[in-house]
Amino acid sequence: MDITKDKLLEMYRSMQRIRHFESKIRDLATANEIPGFVHVSIGEEASAAGICAALRKTDRITSTHRGHGHLIAKGGRLDKMMAEIYGKRGGYCKGKGGSMHIVDFSLGILGANGIVGAGLPIATGSALAAQVAGRDDVTACFFGDGASNEGTFHESLNLASVWKLPVIFVCENNGFGEFTPMRTVTSVSDIAVRARAHDLPGVIVDGNDVLEVFKVASEAVARARAGEGPTLIECKTYRWEGHVVGEAAILGEYAYRSKEEVDSWKLKCPLIRFEKWCAENKKIDAGELQRIVTETEKELDEAIAFARSSELPAASEVTDDVFA
Amino acid sequence: MEQTYIKAINIALHEEMRRDENVFIMGEDVADLGGAFKATEGLLAAFGEERVIDTPISEALIVGAGIGAAVLGMRPVVEMQFADFISCAFDQIVNMAATLRYRHGGKAACPLVVRAPSGAGVHGALFHSQNPEAWFTRVPGLKVVAPATVYDAKGLLKSAIRDGNPVVYFEHKRLYRSIKEDLPEGDFTVPIGVAEIRKEGGDLSLITYGGTLGPSLDAARIVEKEDGLAVEVLDLRTLLPLDREAVLATARKTGKVLIVHEDRLTGGIGGEIAALISEHAFEDLDGPVRRVAALDTHVAFSPPLEQTILPDTNRILEAIRGLAAY
Ligand SMILES: Cc1ncc(C[n+]2csc(CCOP(=O)(O)OP(=O)(O)O)c2C)c(N)n1
Repeated sequence: MDITKDKLLEMYRSMQRIRHFESKIRDLATANEIPGFVHVSIGEEASAAGICAALRKTDRITSTHRGHGHLIAKGGRLDKMMAEIYGKRGGYCKGKGGSMHIVDFSLGILGANGIVGAGLPIATGSALAAQVAGRDDVTACFFGDGASNEGTFHESLNLASVWKLPVIFVCENNGFGEFTPMRTVTSVSDIAVRARAHDLPGVIVDGNDVLEVFKVASEAVARARAGEGPTLIECKTYRWEGHVVGEAAILGEYAYRSKEEVDSWKLKCPLIRFEKWCAENKKIDAGELQRIVTETEKELDEAIAFARSSELPAASEVTDDVFA
Repeated sequence: MEQTYIKAINIALHEEMRRDENVFIMGEDVADLGGAFKATEGLLAAFGEERVIDTPISEALIVGAGIGAAVLGMRPVVEMQFADFISCAFDQIVNMAATLRYRHGGKAACPLVVRAPSGAGVHGALFHSQNPEAWFTRVPGLKVVAPATVYDAKGLLKSAIRDGNPVVYFEHKRLYRSIKEDLPEGDFTVPIGVAEIRKEGGDLSLITYGGTLGPSLDAARIVEKEDGLAVEVLDLRTLLPLDREAVLATARKTGKVLIVHEDRLTGGIGGEIAALISEHAFEDLDGPVRRVAALDTHVAFSPPLEQTILPDTNRILEAIRGLAAY
């Protein structure tokens, strides 16, 4: 499969935007400049970037508590995301949702979600809506290995398979559900195997290789658009940071995994890997990639300035938006 | 020795597991890590992996498996990592556990404890801040407790574990490390279904529980000093079954009742208490029964919104003064 230069640049930009944005909010949360629980996906950028690059604007995604990457890759605006994480009125949810509930329906982002496994049925319904409306829009549903032990995972795969719904189930397998290693609580070592139980294709992909993710996603999207039904894609990856920013203060450093393990995955950085590939294959010169980094830095600075200068919501707004 | 609220929970679990080998622990991250909040710390080392079990992220299963073990005579203590996720296990609690004894003609018991860290004030937003007790306080067959002190955290958990019925134990996570008390060592229990007067007074009754006991006592002390008002503060401790006698006694004594909870106003237990008082103590009232509770909305993320939504000492003060002047 030949990937166009524009696509390559798009994916690299997504990964850089995610890395920059999340590194920043990790630092801000550590410095107590932003409140609440923040979950970052640093190290896992390739799955969000590769999957979303295979989607078009009218396609939809559902996301998770660790959702910044998915939202950014689907076109989410850093300024409105940042303002939301600051709890400001200029944020995507007017400050009401915070990091775990960011949403932009105009971009097909049906929401990050603080309830593990809750996005799966919603993605299934979104795909059903497209099918009923006779549109060939596809829904990609992001979730973790941990979420695949919730009943909603099995219920959703079953129905999507029965009705051949245009949905792509994307399991980002980082080996842990919070602080519990997946192997101790999960019947399979590859989540993709679970597709068999519901008679849909299950594909394993190196989740740190954005090109492979994009290829696999493109095939799944084509199948879904053609009415051939859902696919389960398992992206094998790893999160470099804690489950939640600040966890080490309560749990101690490396409370549930070793420094060696974390370091070994840092050597598999999806961004560096892509940069190397570009250099080795003479696809994009380093200057062009550097320009994306510079532009991303600027975008991030503007996002922070926007968030800081945005107002806090007024007390009178607390009951707005409860009902339509 | 001075202990925190969360340590009291931890001590109760240790002591009960030592006392009765049928007691065991299940939940997400409870074993190796000792719980996301550290409530189950040290249990794995003390009692081994057969009795301290890390589960998958499967709330319905966690409760349901607890029920299965409970009917066979075990005494499972299962953890919902945040009370907000208890809704994922709702069917198992309200349909399965609560009705089990009744629908089997009294032939089986379900001695299960569901621990649920509840409450807002940590900027956790909509799904990490809830006080979902009122979903359960109308379900016959369940018991619902909500300790507000370190002593009760230990004593009520022990009672819950020894009870023959399913008990939902709401522990307020803001209290975990923010309150400390001298905690007597050794075995003691706090009876389920018995409220406790935390401060005597004759002018007005304030009925509360859990996370709002602290701010309620603060407010009571302030009006005592500044307004010369003697507020009686009743800590419910158990929400189901309610200590009706204690509620009616304080209402009759002072004739003015303010109910305070962090759960929402509409459908909160305050409504039930107000109804109880108006049915049975109407003649003794000198004013309307009033309530201070969370606003009827979701717990928003942004700190100023969250603060507006939740009851605090100032809102309680205002309500006490308004009612006293009635
Ligand atoms: C229903 C529910 N149960 C438990 C939690 C607490 N929790 C938040 S994230 C998480 C782990 C999720 O693991 P996984 O799905 O693998 O995603 P990852 O965090 O690894 O990205 C848990 C248990 C929750 N938010 N919702």
